[in-house]
Amino acid sequence: MDFLNALVALSNFVLVPAIAYGSQLALGALGVTLIYGILRFSNFAHGDTMAFGAMIAVLVTWAMQAAGVSFGPLPTALLALPFAILGCIVLVLITDRLVYRFYREQKAKPVILVIVSMGVMFIMNGLVRFIIGPDDQRFSDGARFLIKARDFKAWTGLNEGLAIKTSQAITVVVAVVAVAALFWFLNKTRTGKSMRAYSDNEDLALLSGINPERVVMITWIIVAALATTAGVLYGLDKSFKPFVYFQLLLPIFASAIVGGLGNPLGAIAGGFIIAFSEVTITYAWKKVLTYLAPESLEPSGLVQFLSTDYKFAVSFAILLIVLLFKPTGLFKGKVI
Amino acid sequence: MSEPLKNTLLFVVVGALILLTGFTQSWNAAILILNMGLISAIMSIGVNLQWGFAGLFNVGVMGFVALGGLAVVLVSTPPTPGAWSAGGYGVVLALLLGAATVVAAVMVAQKMPKGRARTLTIIAILVIGFFVYRAIFDPNIAAIEAIDPAVAGNIGGLNLPVLFAWPAGGLLAAGAAWLIGKTALGLRSDYLAIATLGIAEIIIAVMKNEDWLARGVKNVYGLPRPSPVVGYEVELQQDPSFLARAEWFGLDPVTASTLSVKLGYSLLFLIVLLVLLWMAQMALKSPWGRMMRAIRDNEVAAEAMGKDVTRRHLQIFVLGSAVCGIAGAMMTTLDGQLTPGTYNPLRFTFLVWVMVIVGGSGNNFGAVLGAFLIWFLWVQVEPMGLWLMNLITSGMPDGSALKVHLIESAAHMRLFTMGLILLIVLRFSPRGLIPEK
Repeated sequence: MDFLNALVALSNFVLVPAIAYGSQLALGALGVTLIYGILRFSNFAHGDTMAFGAMIAVLVTWAMQAAGVSFGPLPTALLALPFAILGCIVLVLITDRLVYRFYREQKAKPVILVIVSMGVMFIMNGLVRFIIGPDDQRFSDGARFLIKARDFKAWTGLNEGLAIKTSQAITVVVAVVAVAALFWFLNKTRTGKSMRAYSDNEDLALLSGINPERVVMITWIIVAALATTAGVLYGLDKSFKPFVYFQLLLPIFASAIVGGLGNPLGAIAGGFIIAFSEVTITYAWKKVLTYLAPESLEPSGLVQFLSTDYKFAVSFAILLIVLLFKPTGLFKGKVI
Repeated sequence: MSEPLKNTLLFVVVGALILLTGFTQSWNAAILILNMGLISAIMSIGVNLQWGFAGLFNVGVMGFVALGGLAVVLVSTPPTPGAWSAGGYGVVLALLLGAATVVAAVMVAQKMPKGRARTLTIIAILVIGFFVYRAIFDPNIAAIEAIDPAVAGNIGGLNLPVLFAWPAGGLLAAGAAWLIGKTALGLRSDYLAIATLGIAEIIIAVMKNEDWLARGVKNVYGLPRPSPVVGYEVELQQDPSFLARAEWFGLDPVTASTLSVKLGYSLLFLIVLLVLLWMAQMALKSPWGRMMRAIRDNEVAAEAMGKDVTRRHLQIFVLGSAVCGIAGAMMTTLDGQLTPGTYNPLRFTFLVWVMVIVGGSGNNFGAVLGAFLIWFLWVQVEPMGLWLMNLITSGMPDGSALKVHLIESAAHMRLFTMGLILLIVLRFSPRGLIPEK
């Protein structure tokens, strides 16, 4: 019984949140890794792209709520998601046309593109703050919980409850669908194969008649869709705040690099590695250990390795360790 | 137009913009812009050392600036009575043990042959070291934080004159930069960027949470001023000779005292800026500077010529970060308070980058010019944006939601404007206003 209680407590406070957070990070890291694989630079504006997409979703959700549209127990934001993706695609394509294309034609060094993406980051950040303001915005509706802690206790008779938020369940389902679609696209379709070819060897791809501008355009479209999805899911799970998206940049980059920059499979693995380490290291293990340890050995403190404010430090430490011992990441990077 | 003339003109234009602020808005605002401009110029010199001279992509400026601010508290505030005996020595012991653990782990990693035994030993050292560290650290910080938590609860400082804190800030930042450089400088440029970005966030997280160090988010107020150059308004207003001088200028005592205090800061900052600028110029012209640029332009060739690229990179990374640390200490002195919650990467890292790139990376005068210009815009875009919005919305009916929203959002124009300026400069004048020679 104690063991089951410990298991439920562990799932409730560690496994479920970490899986949801990991899916969000994985979606974000996929965007970063695709840009790196095809356009060959680290996109500092990615966090703000996510914020922009999520912002459109928030606005459309509000409009839908005002018009009385709802999605039953599911959040209305899911209905708004396609519109948000469209809006975000328009934005990144305009950005690419006005900003990045010039440097691509010049064959500028990657570090110049990174600095350019800093400028884009400022502009997107300014746009988001200008349109929706810097404050917290709530836009989730529908049923809040898939499984309530109290119901769970009643069903199983355990002391510990397991609560699964609707947003967490949706996050996992949407992430699985998005990733499956992405991998099908990259591996089975002609366009996806041309993207991988372009990432592998640009010159060879050009010689075989692949149109680079088309590859780049499709990459941006996919990245915008992934970023918006990640942004909306994160916003549903926590709340929408522009600055938080900017701060997500660090764990997202950590995920992409830990997995191996340019490798989509690595981005997903990296997302979960970072999420699980952040949650396990900043979780106070007292509750779980009390169930598991014999009474005489019960922990006196919280058994929390680091305070939750240091979660950046965790993702960062993992990043450094991986970079020092396996610089290409856990999965071999730089191939799509 | 010859080049020196053009450059002088550019500086004159920026100076005129600041003077214009003085005439049209207030002298107080103008001198505030000047003071922060001077500090920004020092930060720009630091970033320009790293990026312009050596091509190192450091986006952790905020962290070094914050460490400089921390140094002000640790050097210039009086020690909290009883804090050292309560837990200060224990904290130092714990930190030393923590450092020893890391050193031991690194030594094992270097000395033992590769294999499972090595991995297990390293993990064992780290885990045991961590628990020993926490066992000593936790009770001691609890003891320190328990001392008068409403006004103190921290270890306090050395009670030295605040001017000592400026070089100390540089040293603290240099120490951190050395640690970071040792681990991260071997990485590729965009990895270094992510690494520095992360370290800056961690430094801020430490300063926000380690209350025993500098009170965390409870902030430290009332930091001492570098008197006698910078006085205190209240004292000046009671000083008869000062009042006489104020009358001679035709100013009322209150305005005169605030202006005098701010100008005192300007004088000190100007001296520091000129010294650092001179040093940076000499470094740029010296064989060392030429070597740095050679490494930047072609690492492989420089290495083939026998230059130790990693060491030189570490050297300039530490130097540039130290300069940022000095600027951070000066800024905290100017504010008179340390508020870790206000450090924001957009403002303290990326804005400095905009300054360097707009001014001209690789050119010290360019970096200084860019700092003044961008800081002026950063301050003035807000009122300009408000004016623009009022103009746009003047035709709209009063109380319309759009009008209210547009006017309220004018404050967020500055980020947008900075991005636009950066992109325009990168596109049409990628070498900046005063290009590298």
